[in-house]
Amino acid sequence: MNLKKLNIENKKIRNLIPQALTVLALLSVIIYFATNAQINMGNRGISFGFGFLNQEASFDITFSMIEYDGSHSYGRAFLVGLLNTILVSVIGIFFATILGVIVGISRLSDNYLIAKVAEWYVEIFRNIPLILQIFFWYFAALRALPLPENGISFNDISFLTIKGWYVPKFIWTNFNIFLLSIIAALIAIYFLNSYATKQREQFGKQIPTTIISLATLILIPLFTFLFLGVSLSFEYPVLKQLSPTVFTYAGGVSIIPELIALALALSMYTATFIAENVRAGILGVGKGQKEAAASIGLNKNQILKLVVMPQALRIIIPPTTNQYLNLTKNSSLAAAIAYPDIVLVFAGTALMQTGRAIEIISITMLTYLTLSISISIFMNWYNKKMAIKEK
Amino acid sequence: MNLIAKPSKENIKTYVPIGLFLVSLSFLDVFINAFFNFNLMGFLPSQLSYFLPLILGFIGFYLIRIEFSGVRSLDVLNKNINSNNFNALLTLFTIFIIIKSIPPMLDWFILEANFAGNSKDDCTGNGACWVFIKVWFNRFMYGLYPDAEQWRINTAFLILFAVVGVSFFVAEKLKKYFILFLVFVFPFLGIKLISGGSFGLEYVESAAWGGLSLTFIISAFAILFCFPIGVILALGRRSSLPAIKYISIGFIELWRGVPLITVLFMSAVMFPMFLPDGTFIDKLIRVLIAITLFEAAYMAEVVRGGLQALPKGQYEAAKSLGMGYWRMNALIILPQALKLVIPGIANTLLALVKDTPLIFVVGLMELAGMIGLAKTNPKWLGMAMEGYVFAGLVFWVICYAMSRYSQNLEKKLSTER
Repeated sequence: MNLKKLNIENKKIRNLIPQALTVLALLSVIIYFATNAQINMGNRGISFGFGFLNQEASFDITFSMIEYDGSHSYGRAFLVGLLNTILVSVIGIFFATILGVIVGISRLSDNYLIAKVAEWYVEIFRNIPLILQIFFWYFAALRALPLPENGISFNDISFLTIKGWYVPKFIWTNFNIFLLSIIAALIAIYFLNSYATKQREQFGKQIPTTIISLATLILIPLFTFLFLGVSLSFEYPVLKQLSPTVFTYAGGVSIIPELIALALALSMYTATFIAENVRAGILGVGKGQKEAAASIGLNKNQILKLVVMPQALRIIIPPTTNQYLNLTKNSSLAAAIAYPDIVLVFAGTALMQTGRAIEIISITMLTYLTLSISISIFMNWYNKKMAIKEK
Repeated sequence: MNLIAKPSKENIKTYVPIGLFLVSLSFLDVFINAFFNFNLMGFLPSQLSYFLPLILGFIGFYLIRIEFSGVRSLDVLNKNINSNNFNALLTLFTIFIIIKSIPPMLDWFILEANFAGNSKDDCTGNGACWVFIKVWFNRFMYGLYPDAEQWRINTAFLILFAVVGVSFFVAEKLKKYFILFLVFVFPFLGIKLISGGSFGLEYVESAAWGGLSLTFIISAFAILFCFPIGVILALGRRSSLPAIKYISIGFIELWRGVPLITVLFMSAVMFPMFLPDGTFIDKLIRVLIAITLFEAAYMAEVVRGGLQALPKGQYEAAKSLGMGYWRMNALIILPQALKLVIPGIANTLLALVKDTPLIFVVGLMELAGMIGLAKTNPKWLGMAMEGYVFAGLVFWVICYAMSRYSQNLEKKLSTER
């Protein structure tokens, strides 16, 4: 009896020792680093703190989605960088998903040529480092574009030049009403879909939801144009002569080449991984599922929509989430071609000016951690929604 | 009436020759247009002559689409590239695009490219200027490493290849000594040889290292160190001891949540702040530590996948034999778990190799960095395309070979159940 008790205590102690040692080692490393940091900062006459965020930044940023100039604060500069990072990530995720789905489905095509072309696309773009692809687009491909005076014109409304892509600017009146109408339409579609699902599951009635949804999405916003005073006009870019040899475009929106190169490289690179996920997902749905669906009389579209896709999505979503996360993190390579993302603006210029390495690097890393965690929380929620609901 | 009947086995004799003729005509038209800049159908109105190959090819493919024709090659053709109208169109588009893109590519890469010479002025053609690569090749391989000392890098890599090569042929018993040498002795021997400073070798500071050889050095060291750290982190994350478990989770998720570039920034500007004043750790070593820890976190997640996939019975069986924690993991669990995740390990190592160019952040220049340096040289402006195509090719060959090798390894090691 006594011996047994001793043995249990012995085990407890045996478990405790490695844990205590690990914690102790970790703590001593942290304390060592912290004291060193304190001494170093003391020597250089800087004190730890985030007050510098309110100081005037006095540097310019080439591309900003919100109002910014040198007189704004470092905090504002951080926000500009963050928004630019989010912008390029969203664009990249959007195009990578479309391209990835197309390539993934093409790899399963019964057309031999299409399947081979898709396979080689994946093999080529997956095995070249992303940074090289960014360099290629930015330093080699986009530099081959013409100067503004003979830019490639798309019907004279949009121009592609070495200095960027000039597109028309949207000028809205009463944009809020339009936005509200879109939201209203989306809510209506949501309720329509849940109603249709109920009808289908309880009474076996089929409601053509796709057509009705599309109609709602077009008709309600159209209504605001006709009756509620919403209107949209465009401001087209126009060629302007600055000096006898220098031309530029005035008006419209200029998409800088850094953004184009980064978005192109990110989406083409990530698309290869998404394509592999899509392929694995569709292959992962058993043949029996399709045959069973066909045998109860579903047509080809219904099989894809009701049987194959819901199951394939379950396999596709988790690894694709990872790819979205990777894309967001990879957007930090922007610093290599001077696209003003958070790394370049904040961990680059702001750090050089203030010398506050610890604060700035921690803020940058924490920002990325937050971005990563929020994407994974959102995708986990979506994944749960798509997961098997056992009844 | 008979002429517009649906293609079938009855009219195969008339339809197939006509169809094949139309398809070949459409390809011939695009081919001649692409290679000789001559439009066969130029006599037609411009809109029509533009779309004519497509229309001809489409009709041709329609005519030869005969199910169960009894001709084997025709059936194979129809099944693979011509199963319906949509597929026929896709096939035509793909082939047209391929034919159209061959001549400009061929021109740029070979026909109009310049190979001879030793300055930019020798590049007269419209194509690539491979002279650029030729002149800078030494720098692309060895960075700024002094020319006279480059035999040291060569020797280090030669020893590596020789030892690896020999170890494939020696008896199983001796193999483990070779592996021990490669893992524990060679890395330090090689680094000593390359950096010098003793045995009468001239010291070469790591800032001068560069080019493709630096890519290999960093990849090799990071792979060597990130693997054991990753395994330990994975075991830690699965540990029943809460403190160890949560420290491992925190460590792994911290590295996985941030981009490598910020980690490198950290190693460059933030890490020196954490060391006692006056201590200096070489830039290359700091970068190596950063990359190793970063990739170890990814490796840990891969290994954890393998650990989770093992049935509980394996653990119980090992314990019932009286094995302790370390013996159980080393002899029973890890060999099986690692085998399960070979593709994942290979992908992580591939990602590591592809991440090495990022060391430009701290001012080290491997292949991509050297090309960046060369293309800004005033004598060689405008060579970005050649440089990055070359670097892309080199990296592609390395990464493609690695992924192929891992696929083979996976096949070789898979034990049928």
